[in-house]
Amino acid sequence: MQASVLSAVLYVILGPVAGGFLAGFDRKITARMQGRQGPSVLQPFYDLFKLFNKQALVVNNVQDFLVWGFLVFVVFTGALFFAGGDLLLVFFALTLAGIFFIMSACSANSPYSSMGAQRELMQMMAYEPMVLLVGIGFYDVTGSFSVKDIIHAGSVPAIAYMPGIFVGFLWILAIKFRKSPFDLSTTHHAHQEMVKGLTTELSGNILALVELSHWYENVFLLGVVGLFVMTNAWWSGIIAIAVCLFSYFLEILADNVFPRVKWEFMLKSTWIATAVAGVVNLLILTWIR
Amino acid sequence: MLKVSKSPWLLHYDGSSCNGCDIEVLACLTPVYDVERFGVINTGNPKHADIFLITGGINAQNEPVVKQIYSQMPNPKVVVAVGICACNGGIFKDCYNIHGGVDTAIPVDIYVPGCAARPEAIMDGVVKAVALLDEKRDQMRKEAAQ
Repeated sequence: MQASVLSAVLYVILGPVAGGFLAGFDRKITARMQGRQGPSVLQPFYDLFKLFNKQALVVNNVQDFLVWGFLVFVVFTGALFFAGGDLLLVFFALTLAGIFFIMSACSANSPYSSMGAQRELMQMMAYEPMVLLVGIGFYDVTGSFSVKDIIHAGSVPAIAYMPGIFVGFLWILAIKFRKSPFDLSTTHHAHQEMVKGLTTELSGNILALVELSHWYENVFLLGVVGLFVMTNAWWSGIIAIAVCLFSYFLEILADNVFPRVKWEFMLKSTWIATAVAGVVNLLILTWIR
Repeated sequence: MLKVSKSPWLLHYDGSSCNGCDIEVLACLTPVYDVERFGVINTGNPKHADIFLITGGINAQNEPVVKQIYSQMPNPKVVVAVGICACNGGIFKDCYNIHGGVDTAIPVDIYVPGCAARPEAIMDGVVKAVALLDEKRDQMRKEAAQ
């Protein structure tokens, strides 16, 4: 009990630090891939402090509240996950956080932010089945939805039983990380056809909160990646971190290699990946057991 | 102390420029000059921007646009006029449709002359703008304290 509370508290404190450094290394690696020097690794922190120092142009009262809701539920999601809670509840809380974010974009009058919100809904439609399959897959392998039980299920990591589901999860991770080719609703890259999509109408400290939420979210998502290789052996944690960093590198590589696709292609390809990698894996799993 | 100048996000707007200066502005983002190493991001959104970078002079059509974008930027903000046309109208100064430089519409903080302004000059202008950002932030704080 105490250990789970401790890890949840550690996540709340260290989550943004890890997330910020991940974003910093992302920008550095991206720059190197493009033959540039790139900013300092601390740049995302500079950006965050800058945003907190800027004047906040709030377009309406409800937007402020909705962005706070996004942050609170993302932190709740991650804290519950790292505390060893129920995986299904974790994923449902993540969806709720996403809805808060979409509502904040919808509340503004700007056509760009509404368009971003519509695309974000489309993205949710694309990745949500795969997220649920991850939960079901873990249940099938370990007989429990509880993160704590999944880790202590045995000496063979879950990835050995569900490599297909792992690949499917990496696929939708590109959507969740807002990486090209699936960065439809908003992106870190400048000059897209709808300004900044979801975050167009956000500025100053409210935008900083969104950035902070994304850091928390990214650390949580990498936690799920790590869960695939965690076993009851102590050294599996080291392997989990290595696998997380490698997965993150793969997403950065995809970001730099592929151009953005249209939403039709994203939806079709993600569902096909879900069906081929996820569902087939699950069927085989049910069949051999 | 963390400063605004550590992360200057800029917004690039093409007034009535011939595109010469715009190409030089974009050249700053290429691997040769790479302004992103100073944390500069070319954002397309006035609500996220700290520095408003304008090329080309002001005419009757773009004046309300420039004013609108300027009013949408949160404080502290700095305006940089890039190229001689943005500074005072340049060779188009006497044209019937041209009002003059950017300062005929909004207050300009930094002038970067040249036709076209070289990337080095633009980066110098941005660095000067960045120093001004910190000053303006401190001023904002003082006013808020009063």
